[in-house]
Amino acid sequence: MKTSSRRAFLGRALVGLGATALAGCDRLVQSAETDRIFRSTERWTMAAQRGLQSPTTLAPEFRESDLSPVFRTNGTTLPTSAEYARLMQAGFVDWRLRVDGLVRTPLNLSLDDLMRLPSRTQITRHDCVEGWSAIGKWQGVQLGRVLEMATLMPGARYVVFHCADELEQSLDGSGRYYESIDLLDASHPQTILAYAMNDRRLAVEHGAPLRLRVERQLGYKHAKYLMRIEVVSSFDQLWGGHGGYWEDRGYEWYAGI
Amino acid sequence: MTAVPSPPVSTHRIAVKRHSVAVRLTHWLNVLCLTFLIASGLQIFNAHPRLYLGQYGADHETPVVEIASKRVNDALRGELHVGGFRIDTTGFLGASTEDGSRVARAFPTWLTLPSYHDLGAGRRLHFTFAWLLVINGLLYLAYGLWSRHFRRDMLPTRDQLSPKHLWQEVRNHARLRFAKGDEARRYNGLQKLTYVVVIFGLLPLMVASGLAMSPGMDAAFPWLPELLGGRATARTVHFVTAFSLVAFVAVHLVMVAVSGVWNNLRSMVTGRYAIDVDGGTQR
Repeated sequence: MKTSSRRAFLGRALVGLGATALAGCDRLVQSAETDRIFRSTERWTMAAQRGLQSPTTLAPEFRESDLSPVFRTNGTTLPTSAEYARLMQAGFVDWRLRVDGLVRTPLNLSLDDLMRLPSRTQITRHDCVEGWSAIGKWQGVQLGRVLEMATLMPGARYVVFHCADELEQSLDGSGRYYESIDLLDASHPQTILAYAMNDRRLAVEHGAPLRLRVERQLGYKHAKYLMRIEVVSSFDQLWGGHGGYWEDRGYEWYAGI
Repeated sequence: MTAVPSPPVSTHRIAVKRHSVAVRLTHWLNVLCLTFLIASGLQIFNAHPRLYLGQYGADHETPVVEIASKRVNDALRGELHVGGFRIDTTGFLGASTEDGSRVARAFPTWLTLPSYHDLGAGRRLHFTFAWLLVINGLLYLAYGLWSRHFRRDMLPTRDQLSPKHLWQEVRNHARLRFAKGDEARRYNGLQKLTYVVVIFGLLPLMVASGLAMSPGMDAAFPWLPELLGGRATARTVHFVTAFSLVAFVAVHLVMVAVSGVWNNLRSMVTGRYAIDVDGGTQR
């Protein structure tokens, strides 16, 4: 009798545990304490991947025949601001890329300025955080070259990309898309400011006139509609403090997985 | 197994040492990891519920598997597409109830973690438990080799591998007849083969196909996605392997239940497993 009542109790406990588990799991995810642990694995992943790669290890490159017939668009496909509309109508001749922050020589580069610089062309796979992927051909200036022209100042650690598109309508601008990478990725050979895709000028839905390619990370790091590049020592003071639009909304800053 | 012809004697139960503490610990950690990995994995899958073959795959490619949500006469319908087959799954896959209203989502709230849509939280959970699974798995592999657990308990013996014997075991399983006496001291042939496939096949494939989806890992090891037929195929392999593991767990649980649920559970908690032996010698 003693064992059977113990077993009955264990059985009831198991059923009860299952029922509360579902509700409990959501709370587990929402608790600040456990979330901190879950977030810490991002650092493990980054350390492991950086350990397995060298700073110049290239993401796989593909052949022309591997190109996706149609490259899916994602996120913003047409920024809504009046300023962007004006720039777009003029074919981006008035558009300037501002490079400032912790640099000795702030720059104001036109599209022609960028195109006159040596370019890199790469056929790479774009992996979206959602799970789809597409192969495209990108041409642009290596970010490292632009940063060399601007000359980094001591204390420079991250490169922040400010974009023209607002993914979330907001009064204070917090819905504005932005992204950031560290200097290791910024000086990677495949990290380019792309103005051409599949041998044509970058289309508006893909981020015209200029977008970032940072091939060893997921799609949301590849900021479109670039307006300004800011070199900083930390992004704590920037919007949500996590270094990007999606990072402020719960995505990892290091998006290598 | 020695067949000692003896007059019918009463059998009695003895407890044998079944599972070492390392096996018990890693087993339950694995249960925890797989539970969280499956639930958070379904959350991640919901962000793009289509699977493709090849290097890439997005909305313009034809998927091999899709959980579709569509509006028919103002009502949401869910459909599972596998190859050319279409199955209406309204209420479960593709269209299910969330907070009292019907919504378009591939897997329903009660199967995903978090229950509501949150890809970021799902990914954080997934990678945390993936790390734990890998560490736990490596410790288990090291233990299994070092302690000769694999050689001793997992490697089928020659007699267990004969087709005649295996066929007999299939029949025994189907009739829910399980080994007794001395034969119950070891895993049966089908059991060993299944464990070997899961431990050395499915679980490593799960990790490899998961890592093959990572752009950072693909830079470090370009052969990894190639080995699996491209990144889109690797994602499909990840999903199919996950469901193979779910199928294994389902059969495993049924076998645990029908071959003596409390005895099995106790052996995986305390290590002690009761077997019936013929009377006579006390052990």
